[in-house]
Amino acid sequence: MSAPIKNPAAETLPRPPGLAGLAADWASDQRTFKNVSWGKAMMWIFLLSDTFVFGCFLLAYMAARMATTVPWPNPSEVFALEIGGTHLPLILIAIMTFVLISSSGTMAMAVNYGYRRDRRKTAALMLLTALFGATFVGMQAFEWSKLIAEGVRPWGNPWGAAQFGSSFFMITGFHGTHVTFGVIFLLIVARKVWRGDFDTERRGFFTSRKGRYEIVEITGLYWHFVDLVWVFIFAFFYLW
Amino acid sequence: MVDVRSGIGEALPPPEVEDVELYHPHSWWTRYVFSQDAKIIAIQYATTAIAIGMVALVLSWLMRLQLGFPGTFQLIDAEAYYQFITMHGMIMVIYLLTALFLGGFGNYLIPLMVGARDMVFPYANMLSYWIYLLAVLVLVASFFAPGGPTGAGWTLYPPQAVLSGTPGGKDWGIILMLSSLIIFIIGFTMGGLNYVVTVLQGRTRGMTLMRMPLTVWGIFTATVMALLAFPALFVACVMMLFDRLLGTSFFMPAIVEMGEQLQHGGGSPILFQHLFWFFGHPEVYIVALPAFGIVSDLISTHARKNIFGYRMMVWAIVIIGGLSFIVWAHHMYVSGMNPYFGFFFATTTLIIAVPTAIKVYNWVLTLWRGNIHLTLPMLFALAFIVTFVNGGLTGLFLGNVVVDVPLSDTMFVVAHFHMVMGVAPIMVIFGAIYHWYPKITGRMLNEVLGQIHFWVTFIGAYAIFFPMHYVGLVGVPRRYYELGEMAFVADSVHSLNAFISVMALIVGAAQIVFLFNLVWSLRHGREAGGNPWRATTLEWQTPETPPPHGNWGKELPVVYRWAYDYSVPGAPEDFIPQNQPSPGRVSHEAAS
Repeated sequence: MSAPIKNPAAETLPRPPGLAGLAADWASDQRTFKNVSWGKAMMWIFLLSDTFVFGCFLLAYMAARMATTVPWPNPSEVFALEIGGTHLPLILIAIMTFVLISSSGTMAMAVNYGYRRDRRKTAALMLLTALFGATFVGMQAFEWSKLIAEGVRPWGNPWGAAQFGSSFFMITGFHGTHVTFGVIFLLIVARKVWRGDFDTERRGFFTSRKGRYEIVEITGLYWHFVDLVWVFIFAFFYLW
Repeated sequence: MVDVRSGIGEALPPPEVEDVELYHPHSWWTRYVFSQDAKIIAIQYATTAIAIGMVALVLSWLMRLQLGFPGTFQLIDAEAYYQFITMHGMIMVIYLLTALFLGGFGNYLIPLMVGARDMVFPYANMLSYWIYLLAVLVLVASFFAPGGPTGAGWTLYPPQAVLSGTPGGKDWGIILMLSSLIIFIIGFTMGGLNYVVTVLQGRTRGMTLMRMPLTVWGIFTATVMALLAFPALFVACVMMLFDRLLGTSFFMPAIVEMGEQLQHGGGSPILFQHLFWFFGHPEVYIVALPAFGIVSDLISTHARKNIFGYRMMVWAIVIIGGLSFIVWAHHMYVSGMNPYFGFFFATTTLIIAVPTAIKVYNWVLTLWRGNIHLTLPMLFALAFIVTFVNGGLTGLFLGNVVVDVPLSDTMFVVAHFHMVMGVAPIMVIFGAIYHWYPKITGRMLNEVLGQIHFWVTFIGAYAIFFPMHYVGLVGVPRRYYELGEMAFVADSVHSLNAFISVMALIVGAAQIVFLFNLVWSLRHGREAGGNPWRATTLEWQTPETPPPHGNWGKELPVVYRWAYDYSVPGAPEDFIPQNQPSPGRVSHEAAS
């Protein structure tokens, strides 16, 4: 067992017991979250804010769904596909969810290889993650065009409450935009990893700052968040 | 808890983060226009905010001209009047107050006060300003668009906001308004993340959170709140934009317009109100908390006395911030929501009075037996306390459901919120500008012009808003273009309305004195030196004034004490800067 890392700040300032000690830890010198870089702290706080955005979207959708007097279309029927003569409810969503969750796995592996400074494997796994993400967006485009062909519009649909179509396009569209930005972000970082920017300390085009392999993990945080949000959308929109 | 005062014999912790490398601008453009220096960005934010704020000020003049002298001015018809109301409110609350406190004072003061070289992500910080500018331009564009800006009232309630009876409802007005808000929120998020991370992770050695000046605490808490409250407005704007552009029915019930059944149906207007006020109430404190923080520092510095109950002040800020997220529906007592909600929200609303009262008592106790210098910042700080208490007292009326219902939508409400979130924060902004202008420019603002500005603004604001309470109590509704021949309106209301309007013109004109002072003193002001107010906080200890890019020269400052060591017994001067070691430590370090 290795010796615990000594936190210099913990030694220098006397720490009172109990709740006061907790407050003192949070208020401690220089950094509130020890060993958390600026970039990671910023991403976490951004994700907290983004959680509120998605939370508001989902709550608004639920409020609209509960307020409407017209019946809500049955999601398992609307999102069913006929494959080889078999009627499969929610099959496309199941595959999409599987793809997205798998991409979280490859992302986690990319982070691991990133910290080992394994350029090739990191970049390859990030590209794979981006590929999964792009597949997800592609299937979403398919789902949208199928529904549009069946007559679903933001202002109405053949089966019931008009808010079904509007909520669907708005929420999945907003999430799909997040995935798309994630894919772009992944491709940019993968290129930097592949080129060895973080070994040669090449400066960023916009910020003129040196990047570090940590950016892989920060990208990963965003990616996992987008996956997690999808789980909630899946549960509240498709399964309810 | 860590002692906020200097701890003698306490070892100095080593730096946890290496000193940052700043982007070095090469050209005039990257130095002064597309600058990544938080101080330049702060000035850009403040200038833009004040400029658009002047537009809102002129709009309030036009409104008052109509209310005071109805029918006299041909150019103000009913449509224009509603457009003026809407744009005045929206500009003042979002594009002036929020942008000036967080984008302006936040950018200037946070890095300097916590001893950082800059914000943690200067590039994103720069983008934040340019996106804010874009939002302002989109907003201004709506004045020139066909149909003019939206006249939906600053709360933009649907369904009327997107109907043809409302100015801009079926034209460009509402579209540009909503787009501008969405752009503003995106831009603010970039800046807000910077402010929060800089405070949490970018402080200098010795600067624990409990040694930070209350200004930073106020701006920090307000920014965290903004990052959590703006999402609700963002979502509401996106949804209403879809209702208007795509024909969705999120907020639109089945509705007949001009004898014609619209395509909409099944939406919930109250949903918008919930989303809007989930943002809107925290927004009140997003504006108020920086003011609370700044005024604490002004009072302490200019009364030469440590702030009373520093720790309580910090906790009060944090608790107010938390509570403000569960009071939003007190804006909706008459919306038709479940009455039991009213009971809950009235209770939480009145609970907020407790931490707020703690703050007011602490300001007064700081003044008590202090060595009060009636400088301009102090005058404005005192004006703030008085005004804030006034506005807070009428808040007690409006927070209780049964009292609020008859007062709802009267001029009493207008008077209340103008006192508490209009006049009070603006007083702090003026005080803060008089206080920090010497650091920003190296010169003092002119004292005589400042006195004129203060007395006219302070007395004038009361002349405007005190009678307005009465006008509201006798039942005059707000947002009415003209009162017409309504029998219940007392004659005194008409003469008071004329009086209020004249005062509004005078107070508005006094702001020109202020703007002139800002420009005139740039060249002709008295040289200020580095620390004209003999203040303790770090921004006054910079090696150069105004501070250059990077703020601190070679060495970052080290903090040994809290921000309020004024009139310490036995000390050679009546203030001890935060970066001055205690005598025990000096000898200790000299020996080692």
